[in-house]
Order: sequence, then structure tokens, then C-alpha cells
Amino acid sequence: MSKLKGKRIGLLAAVVLVVVLVGSLVFGWTYHEYQSKTKNSLKNIKSAHVMRWGVKSDTRLFGLISPKTGQSEGFDIDMARTVTKQIAKDQGTKIKPEFTPVTTSSKIQLIKNNQVDAVAASMTITPERAKIVDFSNPYFPAGQSILVKKNSGIKNIQQLNNPKSTIIGVMGTMAMETTKKFAPKAKLIAMPDNSQAFSALQSGQGDAMTTDNAILYGFCQQSKDVAVIGGTFTNQPYGLAMDKGQTDLQKAVNRALKEIRADGTYDRLIKKWFGNIPGLDWRELTK
Amino acid sequence: MIKILTDNWSTIITGFEFTILSSIVGLLGSLILGTVFALMEMAPNKFLKFIGTAFVEFFRNIPLLVITLFFYVVVSHAVKINGFWAGTIALILYTSSFVAECIRGGVNSVDPGQMEGARSNGLTYTQAMIHIVLPQGFKLAIPSLGNQFINLVKNSSILSFVAGLDLMYQANVISGANLDPFNTYIVIGIFYLLLTGPLSVFMNHLENRLR
Repeated sequence: MSKLKGKRIGLLAAVVLVVVLVGSLVFGWTYHEYQSKTKNSLKNIKSAHVMRWGVKSDTRLFGLISPKTGQSEGFDIDMARTVTKQIAKDQGTKIKPEFTPVTTSSKIQLIKNNQVDAVAASMTITPERAKIVDFSNPYFPAGQSILVKKNSGIKNIQQLNNPKSTIIGVMGTMAMETTKKFAPKAKLIAMPDNSQAFSALQSGQGDAMTTDNAILYGFCQQSKDVAVIGGTFTNQPYGLAMDKGQTDLQKAVNRALKEIRADGTYDRLIKKWFGNIPGLDWRELTK
Repeated sequence: MIKILTDNWSTIITGFEFTILSSIVGLLGSLILGTVFALMEMAPNKFLKFIGTAFVEFFRNIPLLVITLFFYVVVSHAVKINGFWAGTIALILYTSSFVAECIRGGVNSVDPGQMEGARSNGLTYTQAMIHIVLPQGFKLAIPSLGNQFINLVKNSSILSFVAGLDLMYQANVISGANLDPFNTYIVIGIFYLLLTGPLSVFMNHLENRLR
């Protein structure tokens, strides 16, 4: 008798568990939809006096955790700061920027989950992404390139177009897709972030690492035995991203971008971060 | 969700295969290695005991990710080792330290009279251990071993950090392309359930049958 009872309780518990699981899934989903329909990021930013930015923490020059302060530092962060300041000025209120570290693969999800208002994370504007998030006007003219060890003898990406070569990319970047076009025969492996891709290159897991030139230049600055070769083979400017449908915020960001370009702040930031990189003329970037 | 399945079927299946392969290799490897180290831990010989304990305490107390990256980034300078094997070797070492503890626990809960009886019947320590005590200890260790094996399958997602082509890696690749991580991870979660579900049913069955 008691065994039968035990079985019944077990069955009941299983049913309850399934109901709870399915229920929370459905609830989570509908809440998510509801939230994305009713939110107005610009209004929230103005009332909270805080603008939450998603930034990189592993990308030299753009967003890299500084061991001294424990904060991310880089062009993206300065850009986010300046844009926030400009928006605050335009809106006639005080807004503080706040930074959350994001990875290449998590940045869109964080926007969608409303954990950040906007993302400044060396993010290429692509038509696929533009279906899901809204981009500002381009703020940085990037292009894809490859990084190799200096003693590898590789001169361009065509040399890697054979099944023996391995190219290391970063998970969730456009570079993964474009590499398939330029070197379709090469083996392609994806690492979770830039610094891991770089250590994979250094430990000989692949022959070349590919991503945007500006990021690769950051690694050249860090290590003397690697070089960016063959120039850029794509034109993929970066944009600041915010959630789809946040037109007010998008307009405010674009206005701020235009203003900081006009008053020379933009050129100053570019010079600050890209002024002393061998093989790169910062004036090219401000065009 | 169906669309994710149909669009990426071959990618998901590749990932599924690598996860299964890594899990099977990991399961066998950690079972063998774990048993060896459990025996060493319990050995009367001081030196063997020290090695066994040191191994278990070392690998039990550092994160799996650290071991994996050590093989992927550091060891690969000397020996060419790809992401899949770096992850799988790390998985074996890490899991075997837990398996060793499970087996040691099982053997310790065998009545000491078994060992004494076997020894007084003229068996050496090694013979008594292997033929009499260890099989009984194994039986007692099965429930906790089941836990470790399920953990092993789930931990194989560590391969995704070192481009090990497993399910989790493919999930990251797919969600990077379709920009729909929500549904992609649900699909991948279901595939993991397809692996761990039957495994846990099997372990329960084994537990009941041997009791």
C-alpha cells in the first residue's frame, strides 16, 4: 500500500515539475515579448540618469580590462563615454555611463534581455544583425585582415586556401562567415574570444588568426613575433547597437555622433588610441 | 525551433557525434584511471598511496577549464594536440579523480571481514583486493558513479572553449550565425537530454539489478 502511495507521489511530483518547467518557459517568453514591446530606452536612460553600455573586456585598443583600475579601457569605452556626455548635453540632463563586459557572442542577447541599453563592442554592421538590433551610423571604419606568426612565411590569405591550413576565428564574428568565401578550403575553428584566439595562434593551433584589422593591430602592439599581412579584404565598419525599435535612442546617438565628429572630439579619440601603431596611419581612419 | 533543426541538422549531428565520442572515451578512460588511482590511494605501500592521493587531490581541486586550457595552450607547444583531445584528456583526468573517490568510498564501506576472511584463506592483499573486495566496492559505488558519468557528459561542453567541435561549440556557432541563441540553446539542451536521460535510466537499472 505504502509503496503504491510512494509511486503516486513520485508521479505527481514529476507532473508538477514538468508543469513548472513549461510554465516558467512560457512565462519567461511572454514577459520578454511584453517588455520589448513597451520599453523606450531613451526615456529609461533619462529617468535613471544612467546609460548602460555593453563593452569588450578582452580587446586591446577597443575595450580591455586595465589591471590598474579593473575597468575596461579603450576606444569603444571612450566613444561610449563621449556619446553619453553628448546625449546628456542634447537632452539637457545628467547621464552617467555604466559599463558591462560583453563577449562577441553574448552582446546581442544582453541587448535583447534589456541588461544593457546599447553596445559599443567593435561590432560590425551587417544586414543579418540589423534585422535584430538597430545600428547607429558607422563610428569606425574596420576591415577584415589576417594575423600570422612572422616566421610562418605566409603572405596573404590565398596561401591559406588549402585543406592543410587552419584559420582561427572568433565565435560569432562576421569574419567567420567571410573567411569561408576567401579561403573556402581551409579548416576554420572558432574560439570564444579574441585573447583565446590569439593564444591559440601562439600555441600553434592554427596558421593564422582572422578578425578586424584594428583588433589584430592591437595584438601586434602586444607581441613582436606576429604581423598583420595582406591588407584588408573587406570593408566592415563598426556601429553602436541598440535594441530593435528604439528609434528615439538611435536618433539621439546618431545626433551625438555627428556632433562629436564636428567638434573634433572624434579625431582626438582616434589619435589617442590609433596614433602610434606601426603600419597604420590614424588619419586614414577619420575620413 | 524546427527551423533551427532543419537548417543546421548536419552541424548539430556533427556536434552530437563529437560529444558522444568524447563522453565514451572519457567514461572508459576515467573509469580505468579512476580505479587505478583508487587502488593506489588504498594501497598499503606508502609511496603508491602518496601518488594516488596527490593525483586525486590535485585534479579534484582545480577547475576543469584550467586543465583543458593547459593542454590546449601550453602542452600543445611541445606535442601537437587539437581542441577535441585537449578537452577529452582534461575530462578524463578531472573525472577520474572523482571516480577514484567514489570507488574508494565504495570499497571502504565493504565489511572489513571480507578482506580478513580472504587473507586468512591464503590470498595475498592484491588478490583479495581484486577478486573479493573491489567487485563488492564497485557495486556499492554505482549510484555515485552514475552521478559522475552524467556530470562527465555535461562537462564535455568544456570542449566548446577550445574549438572541440562538440554540441556546445556547434550551438555557439549556430547562434552566432542565426543570432537566435534563445531557441538554439533550447534545441541543444534537448540533445544533451537525449544523452543524459538514457544514461541515468541505465544507471538506475544497473543499481536496482545489482542490489
